[in-house]
Amino acid sequence: MNLPILTAGGAPHMPPQFTIAGVMQLVLIALLPGIVAHLWFFGPGLIIQIVLAVVFALGFETMMLKLRKQPLRLFLGDYSAVVTAVLFALCIPPLAPWWIALIAMLFAIVVAKHLYGGLGSNVFNPAMVGYVVVLISFPQEMTQWLPTRGIAETVPGLADSLVAIFTGQLPAPLNWDAITQSTPLDTLKTGLDSGRMVSEVRSSPMFGDFVGLGWEWIANWYALGGLFLLYRRVIPWQVPVALIGSVLLISLPAFLMDPANNLSPLQHVFSGGLLLAAFFIATDPVSGCTSAWGRFWFGVGVAVITLVIRRWGGYPDGIAFGVLLMNMAAPLIDRYTRPRAYGQ
Amino acid sequence: MHSDPVKLTRGAGQHLHHYHGGLRLRHNKKISCLHPTVRPPLPELLVIPLHQHLGVPAEPVVSPGNLVLKGDLIGVEASSQHIPVHAPTSGRIEAIETRGMSQASGIPGCCVLLRPDGEDRWRTLQPVNDWRAVDSETLIQTIVATGIVGLGGSVFPTGKKTEIGKRAGIHTLILNGAECEPYISCDEMLMRERPAEIVLGAQILQKATGAESTVIAIEDQMGEVRRALEPAIKDTGSTDISLIRIKSIYPEGGERQLIQVLTGQEVPEGGYPADIGLICNNVATAAAVATAVTEGKPLLERYVTVTGNGIVEPRNFMALLGTPVSHLVAQCGGYTGDVARIVVGGPMMGYSLPSDQQPVVKASNCILVLTAQDLESPQPEMPCINCGECARVCPAQLLPQELHWQIKNAQWEDTESYHLSACIECGCCDLVCPSHIPLVEWFHFAKGEIREQSKQRSLADHARSRHLARDERLLRIKQDRLDRIARRKQALRDRAGQSRTIAEAIERSESKKAMKSPPEPDS
Repeated sequence: MNLPILTAGGAPHMPPQFTIAGVMQLVLIALLPGIVAHLWFFGPGLIIQIVLAVVFALGFETMMLKLRKQPLRLFLGDYSAVVTAVLFALCIPPLAPWWIALIAMLFAIVVAKHLYGGLGSNVFNPAMVGYVVVLISFPQEMTQWLPTRGIAETVPGLADSLVAIFTGQLPAPLNWDAITQSTPLDTLKTGLDSGRMVSEVRSSPMFGDFVGLGWEWIANWYALGGLFLLYRRVIPWQVPVALIGSVLLISLPAFLMDPANNLSPLQHVFSGGLLLAAFFIATDPVSGCTSAWGRFWFGVGVAVITLVIRRWGGYPDGIAFGVLLMNMAAPLIDRYTRPRAYGQ
Repeated sequence: MHSDPVKLTRGAGQHLHHYHGGLRLRHNKKISCLHPTVRPPLPELLVIPLHQHLGVPAEPVVSPGNLVLKGDLIGVEASSQHIPVHAPTSGRIEAIETRGMSQASGIPGCCVLLRPDGEDRWRTLQPVNDWRAVDSETLIQTIVATGIVGLGGSVFPTGKKTEIGKRAGIHTLILNGAECEPYISCDEMLMRERPAEIVLGAQILQKATGAESTVIAIEDQMGEVRRALEPAIKDTGSTDISLIRIKSIYPEGGERQLIQVLTGQEVPEGGYPADIGLICNNVATAAAVATAVTEGKPLLERYVTVTGNGIVEPRNFMALLGTPVSHLVAQCGGYTGDVARIVVGGPMMGYSLPSDQQPVVKASNCILVLTAQDLESPQPEMPCINCGECARVCPAQLLPQELHWQIKNAQWEDTESYHLSACIECGCCDLVCPSHIPLVEWFHFAKGEIREQSKQRSLADHARSRHLARDERLLRIKQDRLDRIARRKQALRDRAGQSRTIAEAIERSESKKAMKSPPEPDS
């Protein structure tokens, strides 16, 4: 009988069930419905932003991996930089100038990710770091949103978008003042701050069933992708449930007491980046909590901070700040929500 | 106040409970259950390790050249346990030598090499004539003398476990037939083919431990087993043996998980199941007890599954201890070709063998032969992304990602406060880790490291206390001497008051001493 050449190895003697790249690919797949909805309502600007952000992210990732003498193939193939780039691109105005993505990815990949130790060691969510840096530094560029399809007669085409993103010029007869508008949440906030009532502000044609026409549909499709991730157990259920649940529960009493000056719970949920964040951003494992209860409280924390900023803060939406602030609290939360070991 | 856990575990199996985590795995058991179990022909040479149980290795009591009969004592443990090793067949002792043994650590140990004479002649056996009539002491002695250890893989001495159970006054005996690892089917085949022996073993163990009832736990998909065991239980006419089918979620056959499923209670940290009124034995152990008590036969053979994609015809054997793995493989039609690894045990917790010349031992429930496709190419290890999957599947409710971090940074005290000792090394965390971190290897390493450290610490403590004691003793002796001299001088001085001559003599001698002490330059 032929003697086999044997390999040694520790248990388990089975191929692993998951890979980081596989998990990241599922996240990207789950984002597809939201991306399609976004393209439908805002035109092809998003595709250009995604390409830009991904190229910049991978470029910075390569540079940093080389500097840190890490294996390029292994870490570029984990798709984590791609997910960061796509999540960022989904948050910015579709016609934002090209250097917005450059600066944001510089901060996301170089500072937030690699200077903190690379994959797995970052304290803050890289996509949100990049987003907040450009949001604070370039408020004008970051608030030039387009009207959605249905309000505007047409959405800008690919060529027009390319020209706008790379030159800042719009082909005649379009001009920035005519085509851009603020987000529905921004409009509501400005309206309420100037003493108008929710119902008055909402009579503007930019609003749909709950919030912005089109915006709410994009949020729906994000949620659909999020449910897919929940089903595949890629993301923990505690974060989205706690986050959305807290937003509903906390905004309800305020709305019931004073519906003229407060958004309804559902308006809160379908506004801004809340659903995107609940399923795709606050669920980032690296910068979030680990224990089941920790994840629950993380979600609650993001919801509370977001609502506080939306109500009293200087920004129309606070979800990015909510996520970053809770990132800081995550290790502490984990410390106090440790599960009891067997037989304890 | 907490209610008494011993009372809470009394109704074991009446309601089934969940345990934390676990995984649903593909079973792959059917392929080795197609043929009835057979005894393979006697191999050319048996290699019988003297360390097949948990505890101190046994010492050989035979010499090369000795002729032995089947069942003769060839080794006995010198400690209080007296775990014996017996000759699996009749023949001639060829050598006693140190060999690499079939165990996870791979540390070589003493083995007895036995050349069978082909006659398989028994020594005179001394069975217990009526096990119902004897006391539990006799039963425990028989279990110890026949070398029975836990055959589920723990190889904990069964006699000792029975005694612990008896002393603790347990109320329930659990027989573990929930063979949860994929591929392994030796317990399933045993339960299908020898149900009466298992039930008899249950009755004997129940009597030996003083338990009131027995629960035999099997997996919910073991229909054949149920059809075999139910009539066997009925035949005894006993009403205190029940058969419970539990959900197959790996590792539900782990002792602590099984207890949690059956009772909803957890074995306290650092304690034994006996602390909450239970003991748990493998079904194969119970069958071995029945054979030992009613026939007087020591533990010489066991059910072994030989299976995997690397085997032509997977099946189960009743193999003599000491049979080389290669002999069993040959009985299965040999290897299929691209064999990559031979594992003893299952794919989740088994250990890889360096060669197929290793013998079957009391702990070998399965010989799993894996091909390159089964293993896939080893995946590169990535940094932990804190996904928490490991914690979700951990049946011990630990945080493997935290423990991994602490071990890497040698924070041994932290691993204690995160209860590393509760880890059962089931491999669930390893399998789900998307970063392919060999978590179980890390945990195994850390446990060894902590054990070694505490040993070193106790040695150092011992040495330090001895050193301190010695210093103290020397100091005391010196002090005593000084005291004695001082007392003597004082006594002389006191007397000097009475007698001037003595005082003068002292003075003279001291002045002489003073003159003498600086040596004169020209002398």
